[in-house]
Amino acid sequence: MSDDTVDVGRRRFLTGSTALVGGTGAVVAMWPFVASMSPSARARTAGAPIEVDIGQMDWGQKIDLIWRKQPIWIIRRTPEMVAMLESEPSYLRDPNSAQSQQPEFARNSHRSLNPEFLVLVGVCTHLGCNPTYRPDAAPEDLGSDWPGGFFCACHGSRFDLSGRVYDHVPANANLRVPPYRFVSDTRILIGEMPEDAPA
Amino acid sequence: MKAYFGGLIGWIDARFPLMRLWNEHFAHYYAPKNFNFWYFFGSLALLVLIIQIVTGIFLTMHYKPDAELAFASLEYIRRDVPLGWLIQYMHSTGASFFFIVVYLHMFRGIMYGSFKAPRELIWLLGMFLYMALMAEAFMGYLLPWGNMSYWGAQVIVNLFSTIPWVGPDIAIWLRGDFAVSDATLTRFFALHVSAIPLAILALVMLHIMALHEVGSNNPDGVEIKKHKDADGKPLDGVPFHPYYTVKDIWGSIAFLFLFALVVFFAPEMGGYFLEPDNFTPANPLLTPEHIVPVWYFTPFYSILRAIPDPQFGALAMLLSILVLFFLPWIDRNPVRSVRYRSQLYKLNLLLFVVTFAVLGYLGFNAPTALYSELALRFGEWYFLFFIALWFFSRPRRNIERLVSLAVVLGLISLYDVVRMEPGHEMLVFLGWLMPAAFVTVMFLGSGIEKLGRDLPVPDRVTE
Amino acid sequence: MKRTLLLAALCLGLTGPAFAAGGAELPGYQVVVDLTNRASLQRGAKYFMNYCLGCHSVKYSRYSRVGEDLGLDMEMVKDNLIFTGQRVSERMEIAMAPDEAERWFGASPPDLSMIARQKGATYIYQYLMTFYADEDRPWGVNNWRFPYTTMPHVLWREQGLQQAEWKEVENGNGEKKPVIAGLTLESPGLKTPEEYQQLVVDITSFLVYVSEPARLTRESVGTWVLFFLLVLGGFAYFLKREYWQDIH
Repeated sequence: MSDDTVDVGRRRFLTGSTALVGGTGAVVAMWPFVASMSPSARARTAGAPIEVDIGQMDWGQKIDLIWRKQPIWIIRRTPEMVAMLESEPSYLRDPNSAQSQQPEFARNSHRSLNPEFLVLVGVCTHLGCNPTYRPDAAPEDLGSDWPGGFFCACHGSRFDLSGRVYDHVPANANLRVPPYRFVSDTRILIGEMPEDAPA
Repeated sequence: MKAYFGGLIGWIDARFPLMRLWNEHFAHYYAPKNFNFWYFFGSLALLVLIIQIVTGIFLTMHYKPDAELAFASLEYIRRDVPLGWLIQYMHSTGASFFFIVVYLHMFRGIMYGSFKAPRELIWLLGMFLYMALMAEAFMGYLLPWGNMSYWGAQVIVNLFSTIPWVGPDIAIWLRGDFAVSDATLTRFFALHVSAIPLAILALVMLHIMALHEVGSNNPDGVEIKKHKDADGKPLDGVPFHPYYTVKDIWGSIAFLFLFALVVFFAPEMGGYFLEPDNFTPANPLLTPEHIVPVWYFTPFYSILRAIPDPQFGALAMLLSILVLFFLPWIDRNPVRSVRYRSQLYKLNLLLFVVTFAVLGYLGFNAPTALYSELALRFGEWYFLFFIALWFFSRPRRNIERLVSLAVVLGLISLYDVVRMEPGHEMLVFLGWLMPAAFVTVMFLGSGIEKLGRDLPVPDRVTE
Repeated sequence: MKRTLLLAALCLGLTGPAFAAGGAELPGYQVVVDLTNRASLQRGAKYFMNYCLGCHSVKYSRYSRVGEDLGLDMEMVKDNLIFTGQRVSERMEIAMAPDEAERWFGASPPDLSMIARQKGATYIYQYLMTFYADEDRPWGVNNWRFPYTTMPHVLWREQGLQQAEWKEVENGNGEKKPVIAGLTLESPGLKTPEEYQQLVVDITSFLVYVSEPARLTRESVGTWVLFFLLVLGGFAYFLKREYWQDIH
């Protein structure tokens, strides 16, 4: 071994370039493994848009669906309920839906395409429990000032009949509204935006 | 930057022997400078092990160890999981490449006498690794729950029922059912993904620790520790890092090139790596037309089939693997490397390679009368290799030559007389010429100075 | 020495082990499958859905995937490929119950998802080409490639009906046995023999594709991987040579 003939610069260049190319390859080689963990064709199929018939719903009725493994609620609100929502009460934390918890079309007091039909993801924005639908006004357990809405029994979060969160409760955001559109007057497609809406 | 690293390493070193481990196993571990092509396969085996473990973990995320779901979950991985096909092909190709690499690695050990003192324990640990690898491959092969998986497992598990008295009960206990079933699949899965990989990892560590204790052998089979410089460094050695790290990196990339060639362009490898009958689900009512194990088991499978009696067949197969364990005590010739062994030894080694390949080929094909006879004769050659190794352990006298010849040929002829069936005399006689020629050349030929004498071993490595 | 072994193994790998599948291969009928021929695959998909999917499922494949891979948009898939009322993202299953099928045909029609990987393209091609009239069989047809098949000749309107010509061949024991010498088209079908052959090639190609959809991308990905390894190998080789100058 003779050290005097060693070209240190060349050696450093070769070491560096091999490490760089090899390192790049190693990072790219991680790609299949990372990719394989994202939803498969089966999971994406299960998450495809679902169509619901709402023609038979009664006033005040709520139906539950599952879309992308999450509960979806559809509620047919009475005109009185909708009228009450417009008053913009002071006890709401985000009455105008400033936070993006909904598609642009639902950034209003009734948080929907058609005020009559409310579509929500039934997952509490606090820690993911399912709130209960409590349309009844002033029940014993929720107090005499309860106008009707959603109550999460896990940690006591309250939401109004548009899914807007109350102030001073554990949850700090309105219930989410999924993308949906009306296929006809009586059919809703959950999972797809209206054709004229910006994506 | 350097100071920071120095500080970090210093901090770790005060708490964990990081630099000591690095120096012991890389920077100050001296390996002979004359390693050749054959010395790539140790580190390549480690590379394949890592590939198998990583791809295996990700396959486990999608695979369902359930007889109702397993087959469909494999297709789900190949079709629905993003890039799942790539991970699955890497794993199936990796299994075959593991055996290619390990067989070449073992052959290197035999060729250069790496199993001889003081490296017997490395060899033994390596043999245990090989056994663990066979178990791992066999159990993994059941998991796709294809028809070949099913029948392969059925046949191999049934080998255990040839054990006298308790065999059938052991076979039932191994399967957890009266035939291969969901219970078998689930336990094979458990063993394949946890127990055996853990054993393999532990054995790999022991194998390397034992190697680094005594140091590597080399193509000349000379001990490099005999000649050291003033600092106590072997004159014929080079530090593993950087010399062998850069060399192994180059070797690994060349290997990965071949690996990718199969993974991307021929994952089925013409039916050898992924068998056609495994693309149809396990069917207990329909045996594939001929059941063959995957190629890496076929040499031993040939030996199993060569003897018609199932008990003796299974025993012969078991012996053909066990005999390898005893190699350090069979071949006691002090000359390690093939380079300085006699002409007859070289011929013996060459014939062993041919024998192994031919047995592998025969194991793949339906046993016709001719093929069965050939399998028996090559099976005899397989064992005669070890007898010749024992015979070449030291210079023999003429009387030893004659007695060995008489005993071995007598036993083989006796078996031929016992098994002789009318109408097959010609085939048996022609077959008999194979072992007869072998022992005559090996035992009597060793009396000829030019053929039987080992060469002088140099003091230092030659390259 | 072991290098010879490796070489031998490689040679064997190219020819592949002989996996016979009921009946013998027919040297007179050879097929070349070209997966880059998209039009052929599209036609094959359509023929398959029309003629085969009534009885044979392809239950590991989804319509949407077939559409994506063959360059069809989902509306086209819905209108041209799905006759079972399923959604595009669903798997290609059939309505027929296996036990009923077994009553009708004597054997339940197998799922064809991996038939090409199991039996090979040549088998499928020869099977579909060599139906011939045979009064003794329940459906009036027999098959040269797969004698005594329980499947009717679904494509007989297209192909027409073939007659077998027999010849006598002596077997090993000196007995004479009739074997098929060839097939002739007795009553022509809607398609000319050339058109029918193309139809069978299309269906065969589709089945080869559907047995391993990843194959369409696997080789192009592989080319990049090999190219990258060549470059990296170059660097690694010079790095190794640089260091090993020290030795000797």
